[in-house]
Amino acid sequence: MAALSFRHGPAWLFKIGALFAALGMAAAIGWVRQPREYRVDPPISAALEQIRLMPNTISGAPPEVYFALNQTYETGGFDLSQGKRFYTWFGCASCHGDGRGGSGPSFMDGWWLYGPSMVSIVSSIRDGRPHGMPAFKNKMTIDEIWQLSGYIKSIGAYKASVSAPSRNDDRNTRPAENRAPAATLFEEGPNPVHPDQGPSP
Amino acid sequence: MKTSRFLFPLLVLLSGCSGGVQSALNAQGHSAVALKDLIIFIVLVCTAVWLAVVLVMAWALMRRHKRQEGEAAERKMTIAVSVAIVMTVLIVGVLTFASFLTTRSLYSGTDATVTIRVRAQQWWWQFIYDNADPSIAFQTANEFHIPVGKDVRLQLEAVDVIHSFWVPSLAGKQDNIPGRENVLTLRADKPGVYRGQCAEFCGLQHSHMAFLVVAEEEADYQRWAAQQRQAAVQPVSAEAAAGRDVFMSKPCAACHTVRGTQASGTSGPDLTHVGSRSTIAAGLLETTRGSLAAWIADPQTLKPGNNMPIVPLTSDELRQISAYMEGLK
Amino acid sequence: MQEEQSGPPMDTDLDDRELESRLAKTWSTRPGFWGKIACVDHKVVARRYIFTAFVFLMLGGLLSLAMRLQLSQPEARFISPDRYNQIFTMHGTNMMFLFAVPVMEAMAAYLVPLMVGTRNIAFPRLNAFSYWIFLIGGLLLWLAFALDAAPDVGWFAYVPLSGPQYSPGKRTDLWAQMITFTELSALAVAVEVVVTVFKQRAPGMSLDRIPVLVWAMLVMSFLVILAMPAIMFGSSTLILDRLVGTQFYNPAEGGDALLWQHLFWFFGHPEVYIVFLPAVGMVSTILPAFVGRPLYGYMLLVMALITTGILSFGLWVHHMFTVGLPRLGESFFTASSMAIAVPAGIQIFCWLATLWAGKPVYKTPLLFILGFIFTFVMGGMTGVMVASVPFDTQVHDTYFVVAHFHYVLIGGAVFPLIAAIYYWFPKMTGRMMSERLGRWSFWLIFIGFHLTFFPMHILGLWGMPRRVYTYQPELPWASLNLFVSLSSLILASGFLIFFIDAIKSWRSGPPAGANPWNASTLEWATSSPPPPYNFRRIPVVSARDPFSPGNDELTVATGLRTDRREVLVTTIVEALPEARESSATDSVWPFWAAIATSIMLIWSIFSPWAVVWGSIPIAVALIGWFWPKGEAEDES
Repeated sequence: MAALSFRHGPAWLFKIGALFAALGMAAAIGWVRQPREYRVDPPISAALEQIRLMPNTISGAPPEVYFALNQTYETGGFDLSQGKRFYTWFGCASCHGDGRGGSGPSFMDGWWLYGPSMVSIVSSIRDGRPHGMPAFKNKMTIDEIWQLSGYIKSIGAYKASVSAPSRNDDRNTRPAENRAPAATLFEEGPNPVHPDQGPSP
Repeated sequence: MKTSRFLFPLLVLLSGCSGGVQSALNAQGHSAVALKDLIIFIVLVCTAVWLAVVLVMAWALMRRHKRQEGEAAERKMTIAVSVAIVMTVLIVGVLTFASFLTTRSLYSGTDATVTIRVRAQQWWWQFIYDNADPSIAFQTANEFHIPVGKDVRLQLEAVDVIHSFWVPSLAGKQDNIPGRENVLTLRADKPGVYRGQCAEFCGLQHSHMAFLVVAEEEADYQRWAAQQRQAAVQPVSAEAAAGRDVFMSKPCAACHTVRGTQASGTSGPDLTHVGSRSTIAAGLLETTRGSLAAWIADPQTLKPGNNMPIVPLTSDELRQISAYMEGLK
Repeated sequence: MQEEQSGPPMDTDLDDRELESRLAKTWSTRPGFWGKIACVDHKVVARRYIFTAFVFLMLGGLLSLAMRLQLSQPEARFISPDRYNQIFTMHGTNMMFLFAVPVMEAMAAYLVPLMVGTRNIAFPRLNAFSYWIFLIGGLLLWLAFALDAAPDVGWFAYVPLSGPQYSPGKRTDLWAQMITFTELSALAVAVEVVVTVFKQRAPGMSLDRIPVLVWAMLVMSFLVILAMPAIMFGSSTLILDRLVGTQFYNPAEGGDALLWQHLFWFFGHPEVYIVFLPAVGMVSTILPAFVGRPLYGYMLLVMALITTGILSFGLWVHHMFTVGLPRLGESFFTASSMAIAVPAGIQIFCWLATLWAGKPVYKTPLLFILGFIFTFVMGGMTGVMVASVPFDTQVHDTYFVVAHFHYVLIGGAVFPLIAAIYYWFPKMTGRMMSERLGRWSFWLIFIGFHLTFFPMHILGLWGMPRRVYTYQPELPWASLNLFVSLSSLILASGFLIFFIDAIKSWRSGPPAGANPWNASTLEWATSSPPPPYNFRRIPVVSARDPFSPGNDELTVATGLRTDRREVLVTTIVEALPEARESSATDSVWPFWAAIATSIMLIWSIFSPWAVVWGSIPIAVALIGWFWPKGEAEDES
C-alpha cells in the first residue's frame, strides 16, 4: 500500500495548481482584452467626430480616441455585426446591393474612390459624396457610422478577418464577409469597372 | 415531516386569485380560466399523491418492527406494490385525459372578429391591425386594445429571433418563430389592462420586453381604433413644435415613423400615438414627460444593449422632443 | 480453472503475499509527473474525473449565487445584462456538461469494474484520453468566461439567437466546440462501461446477478451512445452555419429554426435520465446497506430502469409544447411524458417496500436518500404537470420550470450523489467522512434547497419568466425573490460544509477498513482503497449478493498471468470464462492525443484549415498510442 500513497497528495495539488494557473492567466488576458461596450459615452462619441481629412477630402487621420478604443470598429465582432445590421436598416443595399454595387459603386472590386481608410469611409457616410451619396449625419449617430464603416471595409477585404460577420438568416446572394467574398469573387473574374473609376492601368 | 409547511401556502395560493396583473392564477380570459381549472385539478391530485408517498415513507420509518420474514410478508408486499403501480397508471391516465379535454376546449373559438399581426423583435412588440382597405389598417407598439368578449385572432411572427407571446391572465403562451406563423386566439371576459411579457429568451433585453393588452367594451374599442387610424396630431405649443423640428432633423426620424410627417423609419416602434400609450420602451417606464426625457437622453443606461442609440442633444432639444412625444396622443 | 501452462508466470500456486507483490509490480503506475500523466488505472482516472467535476460544481454554484444576488432586488444593477446572460448560460452548460454527466460517468468508471470484479475498465487508455479531453473542454469554457467571451445564448442555444446573425463574436463557437469536447469524453466512457459490463464480469455473474447500480450505469451508457450523436450533429451544424455559411437553420434558404430544437431535445431529454438513472442505481445499492435487508424487487427495478431508458427517447417534444406543433403530435407526447411516471413510480415503490421491511440506521447516506425520496417525488409531480400541454403553456419558460428541474436534478440526482460520496468515500480514499458534519450538511442542504426552490413554483405561476436579468418593481415578485436569494445562502452553506468535510476527511479521516458498511457488493471484497490490480484473485459469483456479511471467504478463480496486465473475458449472458485478454499498460500517448485533438478543435473555430493541418498531430499521437507491442492480445 505504501507504494500507492503518492496518489493522495501531489496529484490533486497538481490539478488545483493547473486550474488556478489557467484561470489566473485567463483573468490576466481578460484584463488586457477590450470588453464588449454597448453604451458609448457621449464624450467618446463627440471625440469620434473629430476626424481630420486631407484637403482633397480623401484619407486623413482618425481621432486619438479611435486608437484608445483598440480600433474596435474594424476588429470587434460585435461592432462589425452591428454595422451589418445598419447596412440593412439604413438602406445601403438600395444603391450598393449586396456590396457588389448597383447605382452606387461596388465595395469589392478594390476601387475605393476616396481611399480605403476608415476616415474616408466615415467621412463618405457622414458627409456624403458627389454623384448621389447622401449624408447620413442626421440619420445616424457617429458611433453607428463608425460601426457601419468597419463593416463596409470587411466586405471589401481580400483576407477575411476572424471577427468578420457570418451569413444572415436571409437569402444569401454572395459568400458572407467571414469568407472574404471580395477575394472569391475577384478570382471568379474582374468586376465591371465603372467609367468614373478612371482608365485601366 | 414538514408536509404542512409546504402544503399550506400551496392551498392558499390556489384558492385566491393572487399574483397581480401578470399571473396565470389571475385568469380573466376564456382560455386562462380553463387553464386555471386544469392547473388546480392537477396540482390537487399530485399533492395528494405526493402526500401519500411521504406518509407511507414516514410510516415505514417509524413503525415498530416485528419483522415478519418469509412468504406471507413477501406476498403482502407484492400485492401492495402491484396496487400502487395500478393506481399510478390510473392516475396518469386520468390526468392525460383531463389535459386532453382542456386542450379541446381551448381550440374551439374560431370566429374571430379582429385579426392582429404580432411582430416580435428585439426587444419590443409591433401590433399591426391589417385590413384589406389600407386606409383602415394601422399599427401600434407595445400596447394594443381588444374588444371584451370577442375572439381575437393573433398571427404571431418573429422579425429576428424566437420570442414567445404570453399574457398569462388571458391565455397560455405561444412562440413567435422566424419562418413560421403561429396563431393564438384570445378572449378577454372582463375589461381591464393585462400585462404580457416575452417568455422565450431572446437576448440582452429579454427582461424588458413587456406589453399591455387593454380589453375594453366594443364602443370604447372602436373609438380607440378610429383614433389610432388618424395621422399624428399637430403640436399645439411652441415647445412641442420645436420638438417636432428637432425630431425630424436628428437621427430619430430615420428609425421611427410618425404618420403625417416625413418621419418614416421602420426599425423602431411607430410613434404616431406614443403619448396615448401608458408605457414606453416595451413596458419599462410609465409615459410621462420626465420618463420620456430620461429614456431619450440615455436609453443605453435604462435598457443596456437595446437598439436605440444615445443621440447627442442639448438640454433644450431634449425638453422640446419630450414635449412633442408626450403630445402625440 | 484455466488449463495450466508451463511458460509464463501464473497466479495459480503463489501464496497471497507473493502474489500481491508481483501484481503490484505489474499494475502499479510509475511515480513522478509523467507517471501520473500516463496512468490508466480506472480508479485514478475516475477519481480525477470526480474531483474535477466537483470543482466545476463549486464554480457553477458560485455563478448561481451571483444570479441570486442580481435577482434579490427589482431592477438591481449588480451585474450587467450581458454578463448575466453569460452567467446563466455558463451555469446551465457547466452543470449539465461539466458536472452532472461527467460525475455520473466517473462514478461508473470507478465503481463498475470493482462491482463486476475485474482488474481494470475496458479500453483504459481511452478512459485516460476521455479525462484529458473533458478537463481541457472545461478549462476552455471557463477561460472564455474569464475573457468575457463566454456563451450568452443559454445552455440550449436556440437558433437563430445563437446563429451567425444574432450571436456575433466567438462566444457561441466556443460553446459549440466545448460541447464537442464533452460529447467526446462522454461517449468514450460510455463505450468502456458497456464493454466492461458485457465482457469483463466476474465468472458466474450472469445477467440476473448484476448489481442494480451496474445495470443503471449500463442503461445510462446506452442512453449516452444513442443521444449524444444528436447533439453532436446539432453543434457541428451550428458551427458550420456560423463559420462556413451552411444553411441548416436559415428558414429563408430552406433551413428550419425548429430543427435545432428537435436535435437539441432529442439529446436533451435523455440527458436528464443520463443523470438520473445512475442516481437510481446508487439509491438501490446504498439503501439495503442501511436498512439491513436486500433490495425489494430486483427484477422490477431493472425492468423499470430499461423502460425509463427506452421511454426517455419519446419525450423530447414536451420541451417544445409552445412552438406550435400539430395537436395530435402534442397529445402523443403528453401521453408518453405522463407514461414515464409509471417506471419512476415503480422505482419509488420498490424503495418504499425495502424501507418498510427493513430497520433503518440513520447514517448520513440514508438521510440523503430519504431527502431524495421526499424531494424527487415532488419534482416528479411537477414533471407530470408540465407534461400536460395546456398546463405547460402557462408555466413553460417560467420559474415554475426552473423549480421543477432543480427538484429533479438536485433532489433526484445530487442528493443520491452526495449519499454515494459519503457511502463510497471510504472505498475511494480508505478514510471515513465525518458523521457530524454530514448531518449538518444534510439538514442545511435539505432545508436550504426547499426554501430556495419551492417559492419558485409560485413565482412561475405568478408570471415570472425564466432567464430574466431583472424585473420591474411594479411586479409582485420582489419579496419572494429576496426570500429565495437569502435561502440560497443556506443551501450554499450546506454544500460548503460538505466540501470541507470531504477535504478534511481525505487528509485525516479515521481509517475505514475494507467493508465499513457491511455491504454485499463486490467492491467491498477488496481493501480500501483498492490496490491497482483491484482483486488479488478474480472472485467467482454464485448469488445476487455475492459478498454477504459474515462470509468473508469468496470463491476465487485463478489462472491469470502475473507478469503482464491481464483481465478475464467472460460471455455476455452467463458470464462464463472465455478468454484472457491483455489490458493496456500506462501510456502518455492518450494525453498527447487529447492535446492534439484540443488544438485541432479550438483552432477550427478560427480557420477551417485547422481540420486539415490539425489532424496530422492527432494521427501521430494515435500511431504512438496504438503502436504494436509484439505480443498476443488475448489467449483463450
